[in-house]
Amino acid sequence: MSKSIVQAEDLSQEYRSGVQESQDVTFSESLPVLQPSKMTDLPFTIYTPESPLRHPGRLLREMFRDLVASRELAWRLFIRDISALYRQSILGYIWAFLPAIATTLAFTYLNSQNVLRVGDTSIPYPAFVMVGTLLWQTFVDALNSPLKVVQSAKDMLVKINFPREALILGGIAEVLFNALIRITLLIPVFLYYRVPFSGTMAWASIGILALILLGLAFGMLITPLGMLYGDVGRGVIMISGFWMLLTPVVYPIPKVGTAALLAQWNPVSPVLQTSREWLTGQSLTHIDGFFTVSFAALAALFLTWILFRLSMPIIIERMGG
Amino acid sequence: MSDDVVLVRADGVRKKFCRSLKRSLWYGMQDMVGEVFGNSNHDQLRAGEFWAVNDVSFELRRGECLGLIGRNGAGKTTLLKMLNGLIKPDHGRIEMRGRVGALIALGAGFNPILTGRENIFVNGSVLGLSKREIDQKLEEIIDFADIQDFIDSPVRSYSSGMQVRLGFAVATAMEPDVLLLDEVLAVGDANFRSKCFQRIGTILERCAVIFVSHDAYSVRRICNEVLWLRKGQPVFQGATEKGMQLYSEDPSDVAESESLLIVGDYIHNLTYHADIKEWPVRGNETAVDINIKITFDSDKEMQLGLGMANIVAAEAVVGQSILDECVKPIQVGKNIWDFSIRNVNLAKGNYSLVIGIYEIGNKRVAMNIRNSIKFSVKGNNRYGPLYAPIAYPGFASTSTSIDSKR
Repeated sequence: MSKSIVQAEDLSQEYRSGVQESQDVTFSESLPVLQPSKMTDLPFTIYTPESPLRHPGRLLREMFRDLVASRELAWRLFIRDISALYRQSILGYIWAFLPAIATTLAFTYLNSQNVLRVGDTSIPYPAFVMVGTLLWQTFVDALNSPLKVVQSAKDMLVKINFPREALILGGIAEVLFNALIRITLLIPVFLYYRVPFSGTMAWASIGILALILLGLAFGMLITPLGMLYGDVGRGVIMISGFWMLLTPVVYPIPKVGTAALLAQWNPVSPVLQTSREWLTGQSLTHIDGFFTVSFAALAALFLTWILFRLSMPIIIERMGG
Repeated sequence: MSDDVVLVRADGVRKKFCRSLKRSLWYGMQDMVGEVFGNSNHDQLRAGEFWAVNDVSFELRRGECLGLIGRNGAGKTTLLKMLNGLIKPDHGRIEMRGRVGALIALGAGFNPILTGRENIFVNGSVLGLSKREIDQKLEEIIDFADIQDFIDSPVRSYSSGMQVRLGFAVATAMEPDVLLLDEVLAVGDANFRSKCFQRIGTILERCAVIFVSHDAYSVRRICNEVLWLRKGQPVFQGATEKGMQLYSEDPSDVAESESLLIVGDYIHNLTYHADIKEWPVRGNETAVDINIKITFDSDKEMQLGLGMANIVAAEAVVGQSILDECVKPIQVGKNIWDFSIRNVNLAKGNYSLVIGIYEIGNKRVAMNIRNSIKFSVKGNNRYGPLYAPIAYPGFASTSTSIDSKR
């Protein structure tokens, strides 16, 4: 046995000195001694032109492997982004709800001057608008997040191979973080307008998660195209402004007319409405729609995740760098 | 350190590329749709496309190093991107075993507002290091980058050299099984560069390495095999010495940049002719004589300032002759310049001659002939200096002389 080990060492020595004639060295049972045991459990990756959809099992395994592997990086990116945001800003986190305050002031003013006729709201109108816009903002945040994070990581994407899910997860963390800040803002608002705190408020967290889920599904859907064409990003900004007015954000769900029809077919309506009802302790009017949309959003998010994975190499190829 | 497990295997790998941006984006769209519906035809070239990498195959084991050589745009970086899994091959198959490290983008993911310490964690995570690994290596990274005093200052207050040093230190803290190395060695000051070489040297021993470089010296030293690509096509694959020799003798791979002729607007009908002769001095040592004749018509008189002839190899000037005394003021009408540079002792390889002549004051170009006079030297097989006097009485570079006739 000891003799064969010596032989194996000779082999490695020869290799080091650049001699390539290893044929005459017998490979004996000593070889495994040289081989590090970790050799066998090295990660193994194959790249082929085939669409990963041809091997759904492998695709799923890789998706969940990458999701798990990206947690730490996602956390780092999240911490990086919020701490950088905080450092180069005076208002810092206040920006999470400043737009909502502005919207509330505008609509409260318009309503008080009878320019708008919103009708009866279950809670004082300013609080109603505030809750609505904060929820809507969370949705829009989630909608914009995937394209935003992928775009800002362009330089990294074209040069380094890391689980791309980390970007999305980091973005989600930021959306959740902002949502949390917004919710805290509601406490003084509720106190001021004497909106009672109710037990159903805990349920609202599910509502907010559903809103984020819905926003992400849309966001992930447009990300591949948005990375290729700048039109998409601009279009989304325009459409989301318009979309807000078609969604019962600053007014309750209409009961008749085109607006009622639109609200019925607008997937955000039941989710936002139900979240608001949970937050303000009202009875639930659209819970069926809420669950339908939520589960559809969950399924859509999964499908758009696949789309995202399939398109990333193509996008990176077209981005150059 | 070597064993018989193949860590990298490329088999008939190809990749398409499209130069036009609009088209490229549209093809990207098509590819995405094809990817989803599984009907993409990767093997066919569409209008405006060409093979950026065409039919590359190789195997690499631990301790082995493959050098990728070729001109800019030959497809080396595209191949690296495929190996790194950033883009998919359009044909063939790539297998990677083990942890893949890429010394390609130093400091990717650095946020200028955050401190060096915070950025080490971000950058390390991006490169695939776990928090524990980074914690373990933090001190080592800071020491290696030599930025102890700055580690808690924002990265944007760093000099560019410090940023690169930090990026390199983080990137090399990882212990990869496969290393992709794309000409990042030339960073920082001389002292740091030597540290880089040492560090890379230790990594090389325990990895399979793919090394892209234009520096023939490094390729010869590090690689045991080279793959030479020309317009995506493998031209040669095999032993380093032979490959480098063929590569250095190939005239189509001489100049990295386009040939360029710039003249003042008063100069017309410029023609130039270079007569270059290599003659044996002793053994395989040779010297080169360069005779140049430039003729042109001028609309006006012009006093000249500086004039020089540079011998250029791989974008770097390796020799220079000042031509001040050879070029007389430009006269109205026909001008003929005739000058020669003699006894130039260049190492084996490919060169081009750049002639630059400036108007008085040295700001405006009277004439610049760039990368169109090419020549190769067959003798003087040297490692390192491209221009060195031959140690032989009477043939030292000090005897290089310039004659001029008008």
